[in-house]
Amino acid sequence: MFRRLDDARPEVTFDFEGRPVTARAGESVAAALLAAGLRGFRATAVSGTVRAPWCMMGVCFDCLMEIDGVGSRQACLVPIAEGMQVRRQRGAKDLP
Amino acid sequence: MSAYDLIVIGGGIVGGAVAYGAARLGAAVALVDEGDIAFRAARGNFGLVWVQSKGAGMPAYAHWTQRSADLWPELAAALAAGTGVDVALKQQGGLAFCFSEDEMEQRAAFNERMHNESGGIGTRMIDRAELRAMVPRIGDAVVGASYCPRDGHANPLKLLRALHDALARAGGAYLPGRTVDTIEHDGGFVVRSGAERLVARKLVIAAGLGSRKLAPMVGLDMPVSPLKGQIVVTERLRPFLDHATHSVRQTEEGSVMLGDSQEDVGYDIRTTTPVMRDIAARNLKSFPFLRDANVVRVWAALRVMTPDGHPIYEQSRTHPGAFAATCHSGVTLAGAHAMALAPAILAGELPPGFDAFTAGRFHVPAA
Repeated sequence: MFRRLDDARPEVTFDFEGRPVTARAGESVAAALLAAGLRGFRATAVSGTVRAPWCMMGVCFDCLMEIDGVGSRQACLVPIAEGMQVRRQRGAKDLP
Repeated sequence: MSAYDLIVIGGGIVGGAVAYGAARLGAAVALVDEGDIAFRAARGNFGLVWVQSKGAGMPAYAHWTQRSADLWPELAAALAAGTGVDVALKQQGGLAFCFSEDEMEQRAAFNERMHNESGGIGTRMIDRAELRAMVPRIGDAVVGASYCPRDGHANPLKLLRALHDALARAGGAYLPGRTVDTIEHDGGFVVRSGAERLVARKLVIAAGLGSRKLAPMVGLDMPVSPLKGQIVVTERLRPFLDHATHSVRQTEEGSVMLGDSQEDVGYDIRTTTPVMRDIAARNLKSFPFLRDANVVRVWAALRVMTPDGHPIYEQSRTHPGAFAATCHSGVTLAGAHAMALAPAILAGELPPGFDAFTAGRFHVPAA
């Protein structure tokens, strides 16, 4: 659905639920995963409805993911980094 | 212009419950509410249906609270049937945490006093092992708790919305955006708000902090003053706390509400960092893992406090048919307000034993 306008930036590889995904330096986690074709980013806390990023600017909270072991992070505001561990969040955040 | 059977001044949880309770019995009711210039304690409520510590020193209040907890399921069921709104009532017991053996002893002595004054309601001290069985994620700093099986909690915003909706469906009129200027008595009660004139045979003043000014217009005395409380709300988390507690509760949707601050600072509803920090620190002792929860909302609101903290219910001697109703526990007492107080007001007489609630108790000459 999404196509990169500029592929000249250096590649970054991160881990999405156990599989390596290639992104470009400077992208947010949300942008990297949208470019990789991910549709459902999370399931809501109450009804379990599947959601995806909408505003891409930190307002709608529909891109919440577990990033490097921390739940409910806004994937659209977190820059992707080499080796980052990203998982979808299903339902409300669970605190260890 | 037609006359109502009852005008209730104050569209919060207290006024809403009384108005709905009267309308469901067929009375023609108007609920007169101020605009957003009001302090609206009903919008800042923590949502406890809390029995165990209510009414120390006033058995009538303890018994009224127990009665309300007993009537709550009937209210919740009636609201759900009438409006489709589930107010998320849970009455699986409440816990007051203790952080030292000293606190355990003080709380046990308090429970004993309540028992001796007002009778037993099943409140008992539980040790850490029993508490862990109820709340597995309780923090190490909690030594034990006072447990009362009759405590519970509900969603106060859904309750307010359901009361207004149920009132309308029962034929009542919700009249917002009206500040009451004067109340006169001329056969019936004439309530004036700007150019508008509303008439009723009976009148209830349940206007929270606004009651202080309105009550003397019909020979009543409601010396209420504000007590600020701040609330911190986290993001939605997996369920870990079913029970109600005095300072933390998890809503049905998973949000965690942290509160129980008390500040005597007048009509000030600003949130402040030091108090929110205290609230967080205190509740982190109960549930240390909450340090990783995101805070999504904070607010402050003003409790409506009488000089002794107990409710005022009174029928005016000089203006029979005019009633005072105020308390700081609008959610806890909603069951009784809708199902017991409203019928009594329609019948023209407060329930037996309600002399204890009159404001005359604040005017006993010092010995």
